[in-house]
Amino acid sequence: MRIRFVTFMTMVVSLCITTASFAAAPIKIGALFAITGPAAFLGEPERNTAKMVVDEINKAGGVKGHLLELVAYDTSGDATKAVQLATRLIKDDKVVAIIGPSTTGETMAVIPVVEKDHIPLISCSAGSKITDPVKHWVFKTAQNDTLAVGKIYEYLQRHKQSKVAILTVSDGFGASGREQLKAQAGKYGISIVSDDTYGPKDTDMTAQLTKIRGSQAQAIICWGTNPGPALIAKNARQLGIRIPLFMSHGVSSKKFIELAGEAAEGIRLPSGKVLVADMLSKSDAQKKSLMAFVKDYNNHYRAEGDHFGGHAWDAVMLIKTAVEQGATSAASIRDQLEKTRNFHGIGGTFNYSAQDHAGLGKDAFVLVEVKNKDWVIVK
Amino acid sequence: MLFDQILQYCLSGLSTGAIYGLIGVGFSIIFNATGIINFAQGEFVMLGGMLTLLFLETLALPLWAAIPCAIAASMVAGLLFERLAIRPLRQPTPINLVIITIGGSILIRGLAMLAWGKDTHALPPFSGNDPISILGATILPQHIWILVVTVFIVAVNRFYFYHTISGKAMRACAYNRRAAGLVGIDVRRMVLFSFVISSALGSIAGLIVAPLTMTSYDVGIMLGLKGFCAAIIGGMSSGIATVIGGLLLGILESLGAGLISSGYKDAIAFIILLLILVIRPQGLFGKAESERV
Amino acid sequence: MNRELLKFLAFSAMVLAAPLYFKGGYLMNVLVFVGIYTMLAIGLNLLLGYAGQISLGHAGFFGMGAYLSGVLTATYAWNPWLAMPLAAAVVGVVAFLIGLPILKLKGHYLAMATLGLGIIIYIVFNETIDLTGGPSGLSGIPYLELGGITFDSDVKSYYLVWSFALLVILFAVNLANSRVGRALRAVHDSEVAARVMGVNARLLKVQIFTLSAVICSLAGSLYAHTMTFIAPASFGFNFSVELLTMVVIGGLGSVYGSFLGAALLTLLPEFLRAAQDYDIIIYGALLMLMVMFMPGGLVRGIPDFFKMVIKGRRGAGNA
Repeated sequence: MRIRFVTFMTMVVSLCITTASFAAAPIKIGALFAITGPAAFLGEPERNTAKMVVDEINKAGGVKGHLLELVAYDTSGDATKAVQLATRLIKDDKVVAIIGPSTTGETMAVIPVVEKDHIPLISCSAGSKITDPVKHWVFKTAQNDTLAVGKIYEYLQRHKQSKVAILTVSDGFGASGREQLKAQAGKYGISIVSDDTYGPKDTDMTAQLTKIRGSQAQAIICWGTNPGPALIAKNARQLGIRIPLFMSHGVSSKKFIELAGEAAEGIRLPSGKVLVADMLSKSDAQKKSLMAFVKDYNNHYRAEGDHFGGHAWDAVMLIKTAVEQGATSAASIRDQLEKTRNFHGIGGTFNYSAQDHAGLGKDAFVLVEVKNKDWVIVK
Repeated sequence: MLFDQILQYCLSGLSTGAIYGLIGVGFSIIFNATGIINFAQGEFVMLGGMLTLLFLETLALPLWAAIPCAIAASMVAGLLFERLAIRPLRQPTPINLVIITIGGSILIRGLAMLAWGKDTHALPPFSGNDPISILGATILPQHIWILVVTVFIVAVNRFYFYHTISGKAMRACAYNRRAAGLVGIDVRRMVLFSFVISSALGSIAGLIVAPLTMTSYDVGIMLGLKGFCAAIIGGMSSGIATVIGGLLLGILESLGAGLISSGYKDAIAFIILLLILVIRPQGLFGKAESERV
Repeated sequence: MNRELLKFLAFSAMVLAAPLYFKGGYLMNVLVFVGIYTMLAIGLNLLLGYAGQISLGHAGFFGMGAYLSGVLTATYAWNPWLAMPLAAAVVGVVAFLIGLPILKLKGHYLAMATLGLGIIIYIVFNETIDLTGGPSGLSGIPYLELGGITFDSDVKSYYLVWSFALLVILFAVNLANSRVGRALRAVHDSEVAARVMGVNARLLKVQIFTLSAVICSLAGSLYAHTMTFIAPASFGFNFSVELLTMVVIGGLGSVYGSFLGAALLTLLPEFLRAAQDYDIIIYGALLMLMVMFMPGGLVRGIPDFFKMVIKGRRGAGNA
């Protein structure tokens, strides 16, 4: 039995060694995604999209004769692993650029590594501190939380609602949202009357909602990713809470409507335009990219492309554009990325500059509402 | 206003706590029969929800048929787990058993991830979704299901352990495995039984709570942990004490979140747990017993 | 004792020579973490393998060391070499005060109590956002510096971390063979008997708990300064369980076993990466198989295995 076990071990090890050697390929792009673990809902569509886009580019003959090669690793959402794998991408795989990681925490952990080794990083996570202050080698494609918060607050301001309750998840996504919700409230004349959190694995949020029900709040803003917000929507319905409920872009996918069921009706949230791609007017500059992405993703994976996948789409396309401009080395790709103007991607229209490595404006988001189990744009 | 808030906290806490209690009972049954803390217990909770979903949606069975099928399938999983992982162990020291069950839980979770993907899934409620109002607080029909099922299971457990031969044999194993073996009880069979029963309990807990909380391949970790706490508060009893332990934990969490701080609610629950442990290490309701040398 | 010294020297030589073999590849980076985890595993092994007391909360002490060092140096611009011992001292005091009541508990109650402790510490990291940065983490922690050398590359970090790890190994080996080590083993085998022999079992347990927390805190400080970024997710319950697994898979009560366990559990996911989505299943299965077929851990399982192979060869030769 023991011998069999050891033979098995040796097989595993030798398997790893053989697959670790790659065929030589002109331009190597690394990717770090949280394909398993709590952030898998981000990493999986990102990985799928990145693979899909790279395949399509290569099928069409590559970029200026260069084929692209994607080396993607799973970080399982763990900062330590992300650092190890970033090192692996740079030292062993010798990539010229890295896409990802999926979460802000991992990105912050990886930044010192890429800065040290001078490799451009295009992060797919939202935290504004990734590019604020600007770091020479670090860009991002996910929209800043600031923009999403602004979208909700503008709406509230227009409707003369000034007292809100916030309910955020106690992980990186929620904490970043909470920080922005609190920081920007003053600017829009909004006061936060109740500030609560819930754990990412909590199964019941009626306690927090009961507390909010007893407060003066005129609206509830919840910042989290599936399944928490769906649970909150259901709990709010159970408690008979009538005040409007806002969610974050963390749940802007059909999955949320499916999970929350009837309780989703009437919920509003800021979302990337990909969710309502077919409803956009023809004049919208992003429409072409969006429709192409949605169609492609559906063809490849028989699933709805969401804006998380979109972050990876944007990152690969940005690199592709840089290569089209003649960049092939890490340094030249970085320089070209910084020169990106009017790139109409999935997350919005990107304009990078030496002072701005986030590149998006407020028009990156639209406010949508759930009506009859589908999304409609709130005018 | 304050009264119905507190009532709401308590009612919400009760139903979450009942689930913790049920999972805790599963922990205790295995612990009593074998001395194992089964870290894979949470995975059976997950299996309950996911298997119900499988029978309900993929195989298109009605709910009343899907539930027993899911419980039966979980029991088979529990049986396989005992046969394949626990029994072959050469040196069943407590710490090796802990690692085996941790490995088992990683394995089961991985298989579930491959089988059902990483998405969360919603399960339909057993009977409607219209809130019921009780003195200003509201609950859902599913909450009543949870409480009824919990009471029912406590009663069945009581009957099994005190009025059937195999239940009594299992209790004998809990008191003293060697003595039980000497009087002719097949201890290994009892161990197998304990795994099957507790996987059934785990899956029941998982499938009655899934319509409220939804389910995914990784729900077992946190629920398992909380169930473990409930079992400890109840002094590893396989009956009402553990359920009360679970209810206490659920209510503490809910009150902590509502009245003190939602961010620290788990910490509050655990601090109280620590205090209980330090002041009454035999559990809240147990009698002090002397440790064997 | 001489044999122990020889073993230690051989191991040190291997550690010092390893970079020549890996030549700055990414495995170098992984080995830095193996060093940190080795310290942690030895810390926990002192408690679990020598004194027989379980802990499911040691990731908390690891995190406290990392956060104390991180906050003091990043936010308050302390000298890292001052912050590190202070962090260790604070963690030691905390562990001692908590250990006094907690270590009265036995078996699964102790497991529960330490688990709760770990979770409480984790929640504090998560919730004290003004101090720790909360779930989004704390960045800007400086690299360590010594005599004009900044430990910012993998090779430099490797030597830094492993110097600490070797010191911890030396210390643990000596402790195991000292009067204290013998007293600890007595407590492990039978606490009552140890008491009768005049060992203050209760104090001894608390002391070893404190010591193991201090080692974890040191490892935490090193982790913070090599990563330069820390987030609470690295110090949660899962990591406590992983540590426990390292100790058991490596071999209870064996210092070098802890190294083997730490190395295996850190490197295994790297090797399993080729298996893609199946890696988690293989990982779980391997964990179970190892406990089944090497119940004494790697440190005893590997020599046994070679003995068996040699015996098998001889058997085959005779036939």
